[in-house]
Amino acid sequence: MSMTFHVDIVSAEESIFSGTAHMLVAPAEHGEVGILPRHSQYVSLLKPGEVRIRLSDSGEEQNIYISGGVLEVQPHVVTVLADTAIRAKDLDEAEALEAKRRAEDALANQRADFDYARAQSELAEAAARLRMIQKLRRSSSQQ
Amino acid sequence: MAGAKEIRGQIKSIKNTQKITKAMEMVAASKMRKAQDRMLETRPYAEKIRQVIGHVAMANAEYRHPYLIEREAHRVGIIVISTDRGLCGGLNVNLFKKTAQTMKEWQAQGAEIDLCLVGSKAQQFFRRMGGNVVANVANLGDKPRLSDLIGPIKAMLSAYDEGRIDRLILVENEFVNTMTQRPRVTKLLPVEPAEEPSLEHHWDYIYEPDTAPVLDTLLTRYIESVVYQAVVENVACEMAARMVAMKSASDNAGDLIDELQLVYNKARQAAITQEISEIVSGAAAV
Repeated sequence: MSMTFHVDIVSAEESIFSGTAHMLVAPAEHGEVGILPRHSQYVSLLKPGEVRIRLSDSGEEQNIYISGGVLEVQPHVVTVLADTAIRAKDLDEAEALEAKRRAEDALANQRADFDYARAQSELAEAAARLRMIQKLRRSSSQQ
Repeated sequence: MAGAKEIRGQIKSIKNTQKITKAMEMVAASKMRKAQDRMLETRPYAEKIRQVIGHVAMANAEYRHPYLIEREAHRVGIIVISTDRGLCGGLNVNLFKKTAQTMKEWQAQGAEIDLCLVGSKAQQFFRRMGGNVVANVANLGDKPRLSDLIGPIKAMLSAYDEGRIDRLILVENEFVNTMTQRPRVTKLLPVEPAEEPSLEHHWDYIYEPDTAPVLDTLLTRYIESVVYQAVVENVACEMAARMVAMKSASDNAGDLIDELQLVYNKARQAAITQEISEIVSGAAAV
């Protein structure tokens, strides 16, 4: 009996791979790990690197690059929760600061920023006033 | 003939508008289908991660992650997900109404509110309404990328870590079907772990490097995936709402054209009748 297990590689944006395999090698936090069928339950963080899967139907090896993530091993299912981008604490921090800065900018630039809704209502008001003046002028010139 | 000519011009301009709304309707329809596919593709990740978190949280009673602990709410973080563009019916308005209502409920309980805004429509709205905006992101496009959302989510998560907020709430549009989109309020933090359906399998994982960092990463990824899913769902909602709005606009334009056509025909007939009677009376005079 050939021993296989099911492999799912999913990211938040899409499902990357799904199939059965003889063996899987993943770049775990403390070095590469090889998973064979009937591996005990295991959860590990993954570093950016290559996940190698030996497919069960063709015996071929498939390489998938991931930028970090989490590996989960259950008796018959192995799941790789892949990140969509390289993640590092300071990188995330920079992104967070950027988002904050944008919010502050939006608040500070309330006047300078071209606000369409307000501009539109002001334009409509101005146009109405202009029409009124023209009407008044016409009626006074007729008299 | 002046009246008839004017009406003809009007009909022409409405026809042009109708062409645009029809094109927008079709574009929205095809984009909606794509957005729905993308919505389905994001599901396995979130489901999987939720299962693992549920399991890890269940198996590890001794380690309680701060994201799993309920605190008294003094300050509430709300993530509002809106569209970037308009012409999508009442989608955003309904969402903002729900947001305002949620804010009012929390304020009634004495909690203050920090906002994290996704989409430029939310920015416009809260610029007018006021509110403490701590992070925002806009112009995500039709294919939102998770990497664009990491920043604002991280800002909210670190606010939670540092105790500046005690709850994190997500206000988003739920895609019920093409005709119906409903605003929905979800609690993100603290996380309620999924109930394991089969509790008899009471095995634990081997963790590498350790429980805490694994759970930390998983929970962060989980929140990110939920927000990302909401953003993708919002795109589907936007397209569906736009499609419906543009369809009714096209229909209304059609009705208007029919009415104007009738008026135009009458005006033309009246002009012809008048001309004939003028010729006849002219001939009679000669």
